[in-house]
Amino acid sequence: MSAQTTSAPTDDTGAADASRPRRTGRTGPGDVAGLGVGRAVLFVVPALALIAAFLVFPALWTLYLGVLKYDLAGSNAAAPQFVGLGNYTDALTDPRFANSVLLTLAFVGLSAVLGQNGLGFLLAATLRRAVGWVRMLVNGLVLLSWILPGTVVVFLWQALLDRNGGTLNALLDTPGAAWTLDHPLATIVVFNVWRGTAFSMLLYSAALDAVPASHLETARLYGSGPLRTFRDVVLPRIRGHILTNTLLITLWTFNDFTPYMLTGGGPDHRSETLPVYVYRMSIEGGQLGFGSAISLIMLVINLVIALFYLRLLRRRGQ
Amino acid sequence: MRSRPIAARSAAALAVLVTVGLTAAGCVSAKHNSGSGDPQRNAHAKHATLTISTNAIVGGKNAQEATWISKTLIPAFEKAERAKGRDVTVKYQQNGIDDAKYGEKLELSLKADGGPDIYIIGGDSISRYAKAGYVEPLEKVVGSKVDSWPGWQQVDKSVQQNVSMNGKYYGVPNGVDGRVLFYNKKLFAKAGLPANWQPTSWADIIAAGRKLAKLSGVTPIQIDAGTPMGEATTMQGFLPLLAGAGQQIYDTKTGKYQGDTKAIRDVLSFYRSLYVTDKLGDPKLQQDPNGRDESFSEFSKGKLGIIGESDYLWRSIVCPDKSICNATAMADRNSTVGYALIPAEKPGAGVGGQDFVSMSGGGGYTINPNTKYPQQAWDLLTFMRSPTQIKAQLGDTVQITANKQVNSEILQKDPALSFIADKVLPITRFRPSEEHYASVGALLEEASGQAAAGKPIDQIASRYQQGVVKLVGADHVSSD
Repeated sequence: MSAQTTSAPTDDTGAADASRPRRTGRTGPGDVAGLGVGRAVLFVVPALALIAAFLVFPALWTLYLGVLKYDLAGSNAAAPQFVGLGNYTDALTDPRFANSVLLTLAFVGLSAVLGQNGLGFLLAATLRRAVGWVRMLVNGLVLLSWILPGTVVVFLWQALLDRNGGTLNALLDTPGAAWTLDHPLATIVVFNVWRGTAFSMLLYSAALDAVPASHLETARLYGSGPLRTFRDVVLPRIRGHILTNTLLITLWTFNDFTPYMLTGGGPDHRSETLPVYVYRMSIEGGQLGFGSAISLIMLVINLVIALFYLRLLRRRGQ
Repeated sequence: MRSRPIAARSAAALAVLVTVGLTAAGCVSAKHNSGSGDPQRNAHAKHATLTISTNAIVGGKNAQEATWISKTLIPAFEKAERAKGRDVTVKYQQNGIDDAKYGEKLELSLKADGGPDIYIIGGDSISRYAKAGYVEPLEKVVGSKVDSWPGWQQVDKSVQQNVSMNGKYYGVPNGVDGRVLFYNKKLFAKAGLPANWQPTSWADIIAAGRKLAKLSGVTPIQIDAGTPMGEATTMQGFLPLLAGAGQQIYDTKTGKYQGDTKAIRDVLSFYRSLYVTDKLGDPKLQQDPNGRDESFSEFSKGKLGIIGESDYLWRSIVCPDKSICNATAMADRNSTVGYALIPAEKPGAGVGGQDFVSMSGGGGYTINPNTKYPQQAWDLLTFMRSPTQIKAQLGDTVQITANKQVNSEILQKDPALSFIADKVLPITRFRPSEEHYASVGALLEEASGQAAAGKPIDQIASRYQQGVVKLVGADHVSSD
């Protein structure tokens, strides 16, 4: 957008005329748009500048901070020391780091890949056949859990899970059960399933609408059962949606900070997922350089996940 | 062939970006060298704006302080300045959050060369903040008039030291506190324990806890442990116990921190017997992010026998006045809540050969070295610490202030606080003003939490030792 608005006026001015000879001079067989190198560069410069300012620069900055012993206070705040790859080796040898990687994988796998995906699909599939008002009601409730602000939702969950007089303990008649302390991982997994299912449900509703009714009808006429119909008729149609959905919810959950508000990463680091670990080391512990190094490691893990899904998607395309 | 110049060009572009990135990044190291400027800058400005920030909020945390600053201090100061022909506007940034979070917020804003003109620093933070350039000696920020401020004569030497480093004042002190064991006399009566209880060893504490354990629905003892309690763990728990075991966390003479020493292992063992072996404390409370507030609530409801705390508990948690202490107010505080000195591990085994020990906190208000109006800020600082304003801050409540004259007027009104002023302050210790203390404190929190969760003491102590060595180097760690 900005590329067009900034360079369009030059077409009507002398600048355009001045560049014309160069354009003709350099236009080759590959130049589909017929712009020539100079004007092509002019077109992409604003976009490149934005990318540089908001993506490349912060990434380089993180890279740079990651090689420093750079703290929030103390002498390393005023004059950070260069430690090379020290922060990275520190992170990779820290048992707490390994612990949070494993926790994050469990959290993402259970709550997003299995939980949100499965429940979202189940809701979408069941609701298709439900009566109008039931569908509206369930849709509305599920959406509510998604659109409410995180802090509000966490507050509600704290009231639900509270040790003394929490709703869940009242319902189950288990006074004094400390859910967040005794089952921290399960707590954040259930929470995240509850919180994020709406997105998968919406996406799968739309995907299922794209399966032609005639195909389902045909399958039914040939005596195909629900499982078989799903495998042979529905699945091939919605495979792309499944991959896209799983990619998105995996990355969101991987980077989700909400568990911190619910359990504070504890007890004994038992719900300290990577984003929580980064926060606790860099802000609570004041080690900004170390935090940057781990952030970069997280970025790389994100990239690997994204590439993995994109490969799956491409293989499907071929 | 065509791809080569493109590759070359992208490489050149990347090189430019890297250069730009790294040049800008160079600012990281050059930032805080500028320091404060001319103390007289804007001294004669017609209009000035100052910002004060504290962790207090009207109707919430430390409500009384927030009300005093916004309703009394600011109008009075602005009026006094107008009388001097100066138009000064004071803005108050209220906060009502966890103390550790407040510290993080303040540090982040100071790091960005922002932050309020006047803010509170704890005595233990001065070194870290000074090294980072977030505070400077007041005489450098304001000028030589600092040393001749008459208010200093009213401040005790030990309280002065809490806001000083290398013989220079970094702030104007706001007060001091002390730690004791508070206990519930009604529960003690039911358990057959004396109303004027004074343990003389750690074993006495455990023995009292065992008697309290026979009462149903009562948690006998609460001594802060673990990371969720944050700095409360070190101040109310670990450091008083360590002093009781004969050591301070940092020895200023040798420049060494306690590593895997007998004293550290004794403290960890005490935690273990409290929470694991004898089951006298509630280990879940130590894991709960709201554990400290929960323990306050239990104590106020008569469900907790003994709690190690500062006089803050007496003044601001269980005071009889509901408008100050909200839901945890105790109408019968004066007759129900008892207080005892914290005993050493065994008589005479405490730091300096003491029988009883304590830790004190406190700090003062300081001026941001980057302030635009150092003179006006100094006026406000001294105005805040005038006897009139100190008394206005307290209202009907009583607190150990940093002003001897005010203390002599008000402390006699409150037996618990005069007990702390007379019996605790003479034997108390302060946290070290050493820049790594905060990180070492975090390791102590971690270690005590693991002891309360039942991990083997040797393992915890040696992991703690590794952590300290990594922070300050083996030369600065003592072990035995």
